[in-house]
Amino acid sequence: MASFKVLVVDDEPGIRMGTRRILQNFKVDYPFMDEHIDFEILEAATGEDAIEIIDVQLPDIVLLDNKLPGIQGIQVLEYIRNKQYDIVVVMITSYASLELAVKATRDGAYDFIPKPFTPQELRASIENITKQLFLRRMTQTLNNEGKHIRFQFMSVLSHELKAPLNAIEGYLRMIGEKQMGDNVDSYKEMIDRSLERVKGMRQLILDMLDLTRLKSGKPMHKLQQIVLSDIARISKDTVRPFAIQKDVDVYITCPQNIVMNFDPGEMEIILNNLLSNAVKYNHEGGRVDCQITSEKDVVNISVSDTGIGMSDEEQLHIFEDFVRVRNTKTRQITGTGLGLSIVKKIVDSYGGKITLQSFPDKGSTFNITLPREFSFEQVN
Amino acid sequence: MNKTILIVDDDMDYLLQTRIKVEQFGFKVITAESQKEAEKILEFTHPDLAIFDLMMENDDSGFILCYKLKRKYPEVPIIIATGVTAETGMLFDITGDDERKWIKADLFLDKGIRADQLQREINKLLKL
Repeated sequence: MASFKVLVVDDEPGIRMGTRRILQNFKVDYPFMDEHIDFEILEAATGEDAIEIIDVQLPDIVLLDNKLPGIQGIQVLEYIRNKQYDIVVVMITSYASLELAVKATRDGAYDFIPKPFTPQELRASIENITKQLFLRRMTQTLNNEGKHIRFQFMSVLSHELKAPLNAIEGYLRMIGEKQMGDNVDSYKEMIDRSLERVKGMRQLILDMLDLTRLKSGKPMHKLQQIVLSDIARISKDTVRPFAIQKDVDVYITCPQNIVMNFDPGEMEIILNNLLSNAVKYNHEGGRVDCQITSEKDVVNISVSDTGIGMSDEEQLHIFEDFVRVRNTKTRQITGTGLGLSIVKKIVDSYGGKITLQSFPDKGSTFNITLPREFSFEQVN
Repeated sequence: MNKTILIVDDDMDYLLQTRIKVEQFGFKVITAESQKEAEKILEFTHPDLAIFDLMMENDDSGFILCYKLKRKYPEVPIIIATGVTAETGMLFDITGDDERKWIKADLFLDKGIRADQLQREINKLLKL
């Protein structure tokens, strides 16, 4: 288990003891982190003591009160900055001194916790910082290894994970504070939105698993002879409940005899993503057509919908990680921005091609061409 | 007369949460989900205070709205609510005269701010 050192600099023993109590059994983890991070607490009553401890112990996080008996917190902050220590500094400040907090932020303080704080506030802040710090150190490591791209991905991912949590947290707080009175019915919208964000987050985790498999080195296709009409039927069953809910008709045309050498799980991911998108971004009462045909060496899969479509500009980056079309037509639709990037990665790994034709308010058509007899030598 | 507050944010959850809070403070609230929609609203509405998200369809939508609102109604106070500092590490503040000249907002607030803090800031800006 990894451990972060947290130095509490405050002349009030109560704050130091309270912080120790709040953090001593606290652990932070990330879905993609193998281990927890816990906290070792160090204490200093003055800025002078703090500097001594910082030089020797090199803490990871410093919780810094500005009003200290000797030198001020802001000077400790300057000291840390001048030494270029990899330390995250959080100013503990009363709200009245916002001006100071702003100045401190400019001098490199990461965050400020208003005093007096609740255990929840402190834990939330420490959790946030721990994750940032973890990612920051990860960047350094990855940069050193020339893996900058992977970090960018992680940083977008952390944003995508944070956004629904922030929304849900906001709603829970408001419900907890009974902002709309005692009647549970008044909170229906908040609860529905929270559930929607939970749903989105769950999908994100599933997509992440698919993506991780694709990104972890060489593709490990579990190749076998698959019958496309069988897999198409499974995918149709998967989207059916959703299609019924949206009143969208899904038609699949696929001759029984199309057989190809492919990973069945990956074919399912392709079809599930395309079909569910075609339903999701459709109008009520719309229709989805999936046609699968074969030529001598290739299989063609085409999925078209009568949905909201995309402008030329919106189509530009649509196959990249976390890219979603954001406009008034899509704002109620939950999505991770990973589906199409996953599909494209799979198609690419087989040496196939995916293209898109789309017109706003008319609909979109995705065309995929895949080699019928794939072998690893072909790609290499 | 109830004061009217215009809230603009493209995150519908943040918008809903802020709207409910500000209504609880006793204000009338108008919302918009984009810079474009907000610009349309400002054509025929004169809010008493505005809260803008910074990054919407443009990375600087909030600043553009500030500029347009101040040009039309210079006396209307504006709060920019942003999570941008924590997300990107970019820092904004408007304590310096240099910033004040080009950023037309009166106050920057972090989106994680507590309801009571938000209320205090709004009351201060409205001189209530």
